[in-house]
Amino acid sequence: MGDSTMPVDQRKLYKTEALVLRHMPMGEADRLVTLLTPRYGKVRAVAKGVRRIKSRMGGTLEQLTRINALIRRGRNLDTISQAETLASNLPLRENLWKTTCGMFMAELVDKFTQEGEESSGIYAHLCESLDALGSGTDPEMVLCHFQLGLLLLTGFQPELRRCVSCGMSLKPTANFFSHSPGGVICPTCRPEHPSARPLSLSALKLLRLVAAGDLQASSRVRIPKELAVELGGLLRQYMRHVLEQDLKSTEFLDLLRREGR
Amino acid sequence: MDYLPAAAPIVRLIEELNKLPGVGPKTAQRLAYHLIRTPAEEVSSLAQAIAAIKEQVVFCSQCQNITDINPCVICTDARRDAAQICVVEQPLDVLALEKTHIFKGMYHVLHGAISPINGVGPGDLKVQELVDRIAKGGVDEIILATNPSLEGEATATYVQRQIGGTMVRITRLARGLPAGIDLEYADEVTLSRALAGRQEFD
Repeated sequence: MGDSTMPVDQRKLYKTEALVLRHMPMGEADRLVTLLTPRYGKVRAVAKGVRRIKSRMGGTLEQLTRINALIRRGRNLDTISQAETLASNLPLRENLWKTTCGMFMAELVDKFTQEGEESSGIYAHLCESLDALGSGTDPEMVLCHFQLGLLLLTGFQPELRRCVSCGMSLKPTANFFSHSPGGVICPTCRPEHPSARPLSLSALKLLRLVAAGDLQASSRVRIPKELAVELGGLLRQYMRHVLEQDLKSTEFLDLLRREGR
Repeated sequence: MDYLPAAAPIVRLIEELNKLPGVGPKTAQRLAYHLIRTPAEEVSSLAQAIAAIKEQVVFCSQCQNITDINPCVICTDARRDAAQICVVEQPLDVLALEKTHIFKGMYHVLHGAISPINGVGPGDLKVQELVDRIAKGGVDEIILATNPSLEGEATATYVQRQIGGTMVRITRLARGLPAGIDLEYADEVTLSRALAGRQEFD
């Protein structure tokens, strides 16, 4: 075949594990699927005929499914030639709140990753977070952990130990958070940063816990509703600042939060 | 160049055609020049057909389906059972269900599914219209026939929540194996649901 002697990245067919981030209808019965792969980063590939009822891949290429895929490189778009399910994340699908959290994470990853850029760290982080969402972990905790982890992996982790303005260690009191230097501001420096928002001590503690530990260690913590709202708002503002755009899924996420999930 | 390479009306037509889904600049040019060669009556017939979509087609005040008579023919059909409402995502789903000749109830078209990642929320769908319709009374059963996809399921769950407080029976279309496939190629979600929904063999 001669294929095996070619550099790996130029082979016509490549096999990869992938997570389905999103898809949209294309043409008569095709779908344009956005995948996250550990090695090739984000991949946009056409899945032919999957909207037909007898398609063998339709169910496999559902959003938030982890798959093994054989993909054919194309001039403009790649084509998925085979796919099998590795994890369908079924428990996540059966709960509206968890599904929405999963879609929110998928949207974040879609915005943060590039095509053709190695993303094994983000891939592993997303898989782990989806697993946690499917098991009993509090979804608010998963969301918080996921967002901080994503910021860390992409180099945007906020400073949580020292004041980003004066560099002094933070005191155990109510502080402030500013997205533009990207971290906590102490009460003394607050006047220089009028846009900084209040950050309660419990929110800071929780952020530190999540930023430092793995998800399993923090998974037993249940986040009270007010704290979830505070952290949700803070992380959203910070994400908006980093991405320079609004996230689409937050509106529905907020609607469910208001309705008591 | 300070002049246009084609006459202004043609350029305008090409631009308009180019906005259509699946029509690229080359196809738009071909279509435009094809229309120039087409007899005038055929072209005006096409133009009238396009204009009529916006002038004559409306949403049915009951089922929200696209219709030229309000309420639509299905909603005014006295032989149909008004106590059963089948909730679907798209007008094309109504056509598919009608082809079965089995369902004799009414429909409700949501015009989409909740898709947080694309910014489509319940406010963009005809959910409130359904809630209002049920509140008027006379409905015994709501059949949720949204797509068995992640977004369709999310929509079904959301609709169920909105009408959950009422005494209406809520059902969901069965999910399982399509006719004429090989079992070995069925994905695990479909198979596990087909197993869960298995029926007495008699």
